Amino acid sequence: MKNRLKVLRAERDWTQAQLADALEVSRQTVNAIETGKFDPSLPLVFKMSRLFGLAIEDIFQDEELARDKE
Amino acid sequence: MKTRESSNWTTRLRKNTIRLAYWTIAWVVSLALAAFGPRFFWDYNSFYSILAIAINLAMGVGWILANKRNLGDLDGLQQKIQLEATALALSVGVVAGLSYELFEDVKLITFQPEISHLVIVMSLAYALGIARGNRHYR
Repeated sequence: MKNRLKVLRAERDWTQAQLADALEVSRQTVNAIETGKFDPSLPLVFKMSRLFGLAIEDIFQDEELARDKE
Repeated sequence: MKTRESSNWTTRLRKNTIRLAYWTIAWVVSLALAAFGPRFFWDYNSFYSILAIAINLAMGVGWILANKRNLGDLDGLQQKIQLEATALALSVGVVAGLSYELFEDVKLITFQPEISHLVIVMSLAYALGIARGNRHYR
């Protein structure tokens, strides 16, 4: 599952620690999600969606679906 | 961008860790008392031995509950790391424990297998699992 978390965070000039704090997770977790090593739970995805004010699809993309479209 | 919610979460995690540390210390001390008390303090008096073991069990239950609470408040990735490390420790414990027992059964070792040796092996496997998880997801 691809995501735009790093870009969205950079656009808002937030550090990983600040984002982790707002999401109530560790900085390690934010980093693992950004690098694609860990897929977040559904509640955490909804929390991100609320925090960024974006639809889930604007933050996360299904890699297989993206490949099919190409 | 620090919210009240998030600082509550961090504070809660810190409190959980401290609580877990206190319960761990209490359990270890009560275990030592139950193990060495009969010999050094009350000359194998049954009443005090039963009391010491009951206290140790109570401390153990407290430690289990504190650990459960601590795990429940961790985030998804931290829980995953803990799960993988615990699974490794449990698997190693079963395999190593049974082999250790077998060694004695077929007279490859002359001494009686000690449960403390197994606890040490499981602790090392758990520590290795935590280190491996943290390294993988850092």
